[in-house]
Amino acid sequence: MGDYTVLIISSILINNIVLAQYLGICPFIGTSKKMETATGMAGAVVFVMTLAAIITWTIDTYFLKTLNIEFLRTISFILVIASLVQFVEMFLKKSIPALYAGLGIFLPLITTNCAVMGVCLINIKEEYSFLQALVSSISYAVGFGLALILFAGIRERVILGRVPRPLQDTSIGLITAGMLALVFIGFKGLV
Amino acid sequence: MIEAILFTLSLGGICGLALSVASKVFYVYEDPRIARVENLLAGANCGGCGYAGCSAAAEAVVNEEAPPNVCILIGPESVAAIAGIMGSEAGTAESYKSFNNCKGGSRATDRFIYQGLNRCSAVNALYGGKHDCHIGCLGFGDCVRACKFDALEIGPNGYPIVDKGKCVGCGACERVCPKSIIEVRTMSQRLLHLNTEDDALAPCQQTCPAEIDIPQYISHIREGRYDSAVDTIRERNPLLLACGRVCPHPCEEYCRRAIEDDDAVSINQLKRFVADVEMNSGRRLPISSAPDTGKRVAVIGGGPAGLSCAYFLRRVGHSVNIFEAMPKLGGMLRYGIPEYRLPKAVLDWEIEGILNLGIDHHTNVRMGVDFDLGSLVGAGFDAIFMGVGAWKDYKLKIPGEDLKGCFTGISFLSRMGNQEHVDIGRRAAVIGGGNTAIDCVRTLIRMGVEKVYLVYRRTRKEMPANEVEIVAAEHEGVEFVFLAAPNKVIGDDEGNVTGLEYLKMELGEPDASGRRRPVPVEGSETVLDVDMIITAIGQSPDTTFRTPGTRMDELNITRWDTIDVDPDTCRSNVPYIFAAGDGATGPALVVDAIGGGRRAARGIDLFLKGKPVTAQPRALLSKRHIPESLFTDVGGVGKSVRTPMPELPVQERIKTFVEADLVIAEPDANTEANRCLNCCRLCYDPDKGADKPDSLNAA
Repeated sequence: MGDYTVLIISSILINNIVLAQYLGICPFIGTSKKMETATGMAGAVVFVMTLAAIITWTIDTYFLKTLNIEFLRTISFILVIASLVQFVEMFLKKSIPALYAGLGIFLPLITTNCAVMGVCLINIKEEYSFLQALVSSISYAVGFGLALILFAGIRERVILGRVPRPLQDTSIGLITAGMLALVFIGFKGLV
Repeated sequence: MIEAILFTLSLGGICGLALSVASKVFYVYEDPRIARVENLLAGANCGGCGYAGCSAAAEAVVNEEAPPNVCILIGPESVAAIAGIMGSEAGTAESYKSFNNCKGGSRATDRFIYQGLNRCSAVNALYGGKHDCHIGCLGFGDCVRACKFDALEIGPNGYPIVDKGKCVGCGACERVCPKSIIEVRTMSQRLLHLNTEDDALAPCQQTCPAEIDIPQYISHIREGRYDSAVDTIRERNPLLLACGRVCPHPCEEYCRRAIEDDDAVSINQLKRFVADVEMNSGRRLPISSAPDTGKRVAVIGGGPAGLSCAYFLRRVGHSVNIFEAMPKLGGMLRYGIPEYRLPKAVLDWEIEGILNLGIDHHTNVRMGVDFDLGSLVGAGFDAIFMGVGAWKDYKLKIPGEDLKGCFTGISFLSRMGNQEHVDIGRRAAVIGGGNTAIDCVRTLIRMGVEKVYLVYRRTRKEMPANEVEIVAAEHEGVEFVFLAAPNKVIGDDEGNVTGLEYLKMELGEPDASGRRRPVPVEGSETVLDVDMIITAIGQSPDTTFRTPGTRMDELNITRWDTIDVDPDTCRSNVPYIFAAGDGATGPALVVDAIGGGRRAARGIDLFLKGKPVTAQPRALLSKRHIPESLFTDVGGVGKSVRTPMPELPVQERIKTFVEADLVIAEPDANTEANRCLNCCRLCYDPDKGADKPDSLNAA
């Protein structure tokens, strides 16, 4: 049990996928202008990242490793994640139209979210068990959502301030993200 | 190796199979037109249309929430193709343009000073902004930053200025403006917008029955942009030449310059000045109209209400036919107002300009005689506007009223207006105290009648006629007989009028209207030696068009013989009949009829577009004012002289029907325009050098 607590805390805070591992920066910058879109994106990422991690873990463990064809890992993960996102999109559109409308444009955007791929590969690299992979991917996704929502909150306030013209918008956003990353370094000694 | 190939193939196969099964199982019906429309859109996902991407725009077009020309990047061929898919006319959708409604901007007094904030949304979030004015522009330019097309900039007065050429009507500025100062509207929406409590309105604009944007046109005059001034007036009033001459300008009574010991700005003379500039230039300014909607409206009565309604309906794209009972269009403007106040040539020029928009008209056709409701409906008119006026004179109901030499006011004036011959006498008495009576006495003076009396049963103070008109009649030598109630018309053996007997009156207790009621003095019969009498004691609409047994018979009529309509939408109890002007309100001002015509045009437009015909929310109707805009004092305003109205000398004008009031000269117009305080709702620009007032909160 203690192992899982460590796993959760380290995945959310210490090894935060965005602020410590620098993955998924494009949606992090692109969808953080408004709190509303940021929460939408966070929800979509939790959903897709968990599903993708489970499926890729299964494929890796039962097919790639047993057949000794690990060199196909990257290409097969890309294929699986892209198909999965398409599938989920179609499923939601038919079955839960409200959620589909809420996630809107973010669902297809996740296809190209490197954080998803990153988490899947981390799970394999760390040789996690199925349960560990599940917990770690949910925690990484929550960490992504946390970073995104914190960042959106900051950006909504920064926009009201007197920002020098050359630094407006994305530039000040990147500086803010850097500071936020510095803050997250403070979690290093936690476990 | 073989495992790798097999694995890749099977993984691909499974994914493909799963997706194709999913697309079958989870298939959601989508209107095929959406895809076809989307193919015709630019595909740039630029957001210029205001929708989230091209697919959303296509969906909006198919759901008829957006016009076929929603995309700002595609050409007319693609618009026509989309319209073809949708089965609608390519041109029916009007383009949207951005407008800034705040004209005061930074001049409103500051309530708070915020350091370090540079966004409208930021200061608005903190107690509604820095200005005292809660509807005014904050001036930080959120709209400028939101505009992707470089069509907005913050002007020298601290509020945004729209470059109409660059504006594509995407609506981005409207969405970011926290004060709703920037609005993206079509021309039709602007033309038919009624004043509301939330608008940035100066007190004069709130008062004007036609709702003209007075500070705006005066500021155009001040800067020498006479064409823009005329266009601004035409957004609300198509009869500016006529109104510039005959309007008793109720707006000037609310002019803030007149609150302290100064005179109101001569608003109406400025209107006449720019209207005359356009006419004298011999060049008509172009008036734009929306694309045709294919709907047809019959306008019955070519007076100010009918012309105004026809003008606005035509400009928003409906096809209009005017039916007029008299030989020419103009109504009371032509047949009730004498030549010396409104020359027929001027009126003709103005009406021609309105008809040039593409309005058909038929004269000498009377409702209920030459045509009726059935024939109009049969001819395919979708709605009917009744601007029938109030042409029936009230009778005195005294003995001898039918003798030779007795006339009634409107019939006398209309015969004059029609250039018919009228047998006039040597000495004449006109009974009544309103504008019609004054028009009659001043007409009689010009026709060479030796002695003209005006007989009125109350005193000069109670006369409902315009003050300037009364003064002019006094100058022209009319003798006023006040506190006199006609009792009997005296005639000779041949039935000719020889005198008017009246009872002297004295003022008693105030009546319901607050005016002191005249009471006859016993035994005070006096005879005026006259051979001509005109009764001008008021009018009511002539309702003989109501043929019994037809739909017209169902039309509700009030006990004053006016058509009973909803004052907000001008709709009668018959859904497709609308009415305004004197015929719906009883005798009122020309400018009231013009405003009514526009309100009716709004109601008809809603009706023709199949929308509910309801009042505009929070509209400022029934001469209501926004209380916060009515100040009790204005600081910092220096005294200045109001430009007097130039007029022909009395000796010259009483011999002729040449126009008596003249237009002010250009330098005077400029001086007068500079007297305008450029008020808005809570702000105004006091004379240069004066301190800003701190009295606004007291108001």
